[in-house]
Formats: sequence, C-alpha cells, structure tokens
Amino acid sequence: MTLIDLANPTRFLALTARVLPWLAAATVILLAVGLYQSALAPDDYQQGATVKIMFIHVPNAWLSMFVWGVMSIASLGTLVWRHPLADVAAKAAAPIGAAFTFLALFTGSLWGRPMWGTYWEWDARLTSMLILFLMYLGLMALWRAVDDPSRAARAAAVLTLVGAINLPIIKFSVDWWNTLHQPASVMRMGGSSLDKSFLIPLLVMAVAFTLLFVTLHIAAMRNEILRRRVRSLQMMQASRVAFSSEVGTGSREENASKGAA
Amino acid sequence: MTALSALIRRDIRIALRVGGGALIGVLFFLTVVVLMPFAVGPDLALLSRLGPAILWLGALLASLLTLDRLFMADHEDGSLDLITMSRTPLELACAAKALAHWLAAGLPLIVATPVLGLLLNLDMVSTGAVALTLLAGTPALTFTGMIGAALAVTLHRGGLLMAVLVLPLSIPVLIFGVAASQAVIVGPMNFGAPFSILCALSLVSLVVGPFAAAASLRHGLD
Repeated sequence: MTLIDLANPTRFLALTARVLPWLAAATVILLAVGLYQSALAPDDYQQGATVKIMFIHVPNAWLSMFVWGVMSIASLGTLVWRHPLADVAAKAAAPIGAAFTFLALFTGSLWGRPMWGTYWEWDARLTSMLILFLMYLGLMALWRAVDDPSRAARAAAVLTLVGAINLPIIKFSVDWWNTLHQPASVMRMGGSSLDKSFLIPLLVMAVAFTLLFVTLHIAAMRNEILRRRVRSLQMMQASRVAFSSEVGTGSREENASKGAA
Repeated sequence: MTALSALIRRDIRIALRVGGGALIGVLFFLTVVVLMPFAVGPDLALLSRLGPAILWLGALLASLLTLDRLFMADHEDGSLDLITMSRTPLELACAAKALAHWLAAGLPLIVATPVLGLLLNLDMVSTGAVALTLLAGTPALTFTGMIGAALAVTLHRGGLLMAVLVLPLSIPVLIFGVAASQAVIVGPMNFGAPFSILCALSLVSLVVGPFAAAASLRHGLD
C-alpha cells in the first residue's frame, strides 16, 4: 500500500471507512486519559491551577503549525506529483487548522489575563500566530472565491508554500526576540525542562490532539470527495435538463452532432 | 538581458503614460496621510509621534492599491501569454515586471515622503529615517504583493481577495519598518537591528516572490 494507491477516490473512501471508527475510538480514549491525567496533575507553585490551561493550549499551538505543515506537503503533492487527492487534503485541512490556531490564541489569552495581566500582548510569538490565523482565513477565502476546484487548488498550493515561511518564524520567535511568551521548554537542546508530572499528561494530550486532527481530517476529506461527486452529478443533471428542454428529448452528444451537421 | 530591460522599459512607459495609473498611488498616499490629522485631531506633538506609522501605513495601502495593475492589464490584452511563452525564464520576467512596477509606483511614494513628513510635523532626521526605511522596505511589499497579484490574475478575482491574501504577508515588513524609524525618532533602541531585518525581508522576498508568482502563473493560466 503506497500513497499512489490512494489516488483512486473510491479506494480511499473504502479504506478510510474501515479505519475511521478505530481512529475515532483511539482519539476518544486518549483524550479521556489525557484530560484525566491533566486534571490530576499538581498545581504549579507560581501559577496555581491556571497551569492546566497549558494541557489544552500547547497541543493546539503545536497542531496549528503541524496542520500547515501537512497542507504544505499536500501542496507539493498538488504542484509536483499532481496527486488527485492532494488538493482535497489541503482544502479539508484549512478550516481544522484555523480552528486549532484560534483555540491556541483563545486559551493563551485566557491564561494571559491572570498571569501577564493582559489578554493580548503584541509580542513576536503572539503576532506570528495571529498572522498564521489570518493566513488560514485568507486561504479559506481563496478556496471559496473560485468555483473550479482544480484551479483554486493550484493557487492555494502556491500560497500555502509561501505561507510555510511563517512556521520557523513562529517556532523560533521566542528565541530570536525577547518576548513575554516563555521560551521552548519541551522540545529543546538538552532535554525537556518540564517536570514529569506535567510532561506526561502534556505528551498524552499532544498525541490525542494529533489523532483528533487525523480523524477530523479524514472525515473532512471524505466529505469533500462526496461533495465534489454530488456537484458533478448536479452539473450533469442540470446540463441534461437544459439540453432536453432545448431539443425535446435526446442527449448532449446527439445535440452536438446535430449542431455540427 | 536585452529582453528583460526592454520589458522593464515598456512597463515603466505604460505605467507613466495616460491610463497607466502609477501616480494614482502617490495621490492615494497623499490623501490617506491628509485624512489622518482629521481622524486623530490636529495635535502636532501626537502627529509627530504617530508620523512614521501613518507614513508606513499610507505607503502600504498605496502599494497594495496599485498591485492590481501588475499583471491584470497584460492579461487582458494577451501580452502576459506572450511573456509566459517566451524564451526568457518566467521567473526573471516576473522579477523584471515587479522591478518596473516598483520603479514606477514605489519610488514616487518615497519621493513624496519628505513633503508628507512636513504635514505630520516630522523633522529632517525623522523624515530621512522614514524615507530610508521605505526605500529598504517597499521592494518587499512589491515582491510579496506580486504573489497575490499573480494569484488574482489566474483566478480572475482582484480587489478584496488579493488584499486579504497579501496583507498578512506584509505585516512583518510593516513591523520592522515602523520599528526602525521609531528607533531614530524616539530612541533607546538602535536603528541597525530592525533596519537589517527589514533589508533581509526585502532580499528574501526578492528571491521568493518571482518564483511563487511564476509558479502560480504557470499553473494557473490555461
């Protein structure tokens, strides 16, 4: 089973129909375990109970960048390999990524109010995340602005690859600039600085959110494939109705051949 | 090389002649800056504090306004198809077109900055700083905006969609442009760091812009 075998939408639908329930079940179980563990995690000696926002905030923030990464790979698939499902993947991922980004910003500002004394601060990490959110919205606007999906796909792919420049900026913004946002503490040189009692729930939540994304993404891709089928069926029907009302009965081809004659 | 210089000369000539609309950008810039004292009140101290931000915002909006013309007119009369089919690499042709657009529409903004600085009660040094940051930063606006213009022309949609796509990409330019000019006027920070980042942004967009625009033209034009 390689990626090219999935190029056939029918095969993709059949495979994902079998995989999707398992993925959904795994997501639910891991989310439950992760939430339970984060509820049991001790309070921070400085932050008190607000530290628990981290277990939601950090996975959302990771996922917001991960989704753009997935979309960039899918865009390469559209432009370079012309994989038929790549643009479906890219289109289905955009709203999910926008939701993750919004949740990261939202939970961050809820945490920031008691800790920093402000909901919003124009520092580098927050600003670059906001730009990411705006780019997600712009990409969704681009998808909606064009009715021909393959034309929109190529334009969106170029824009996605250009926007990928933002990802390293977000990741390293806390190192490059003096920001209010704390620097990286989990993925950094010399190991994580986070205590085990926080690290394990956080990692469980990260895996759970990743599975949540995969589940939602596959479901959204299935919907998109079905939506395109419905659309082409509707267009076929509409053209049939238009032609049959024009010439009484008869198919489009007959009509064309009559016109040529 | 001669093909590229011919393309640049042609684009500049078209932009400067009647119907070219390069100078509309300057007029728009002037109007935006003149509107600001009405919005914030004619307080000269406040205006001189906000001056760099107002000038940068005006220049950003003015360059966005004229971006539409970068590919649209050529697409309408078919010369864009000739450019895509010609032996010159499309990336270089895009870079030449953006350069011509910057010379015709971006440079006049910078020339107009000292006059507008007077209206905003900026002194000589601050005006010079703003003009210098604009000189370093507006190429980034043109070259990243070119990506949006290329997308818009392949999709037959201009205007608002292009603004929504281009503005997030131009936020970093705005941040560092204003930061560098504020460093000269207000002070404690040094001018060098944000200005170097601004130059770096311009150089990066000089590389990325033509490739992305050429890719979207190549894949999008049928």
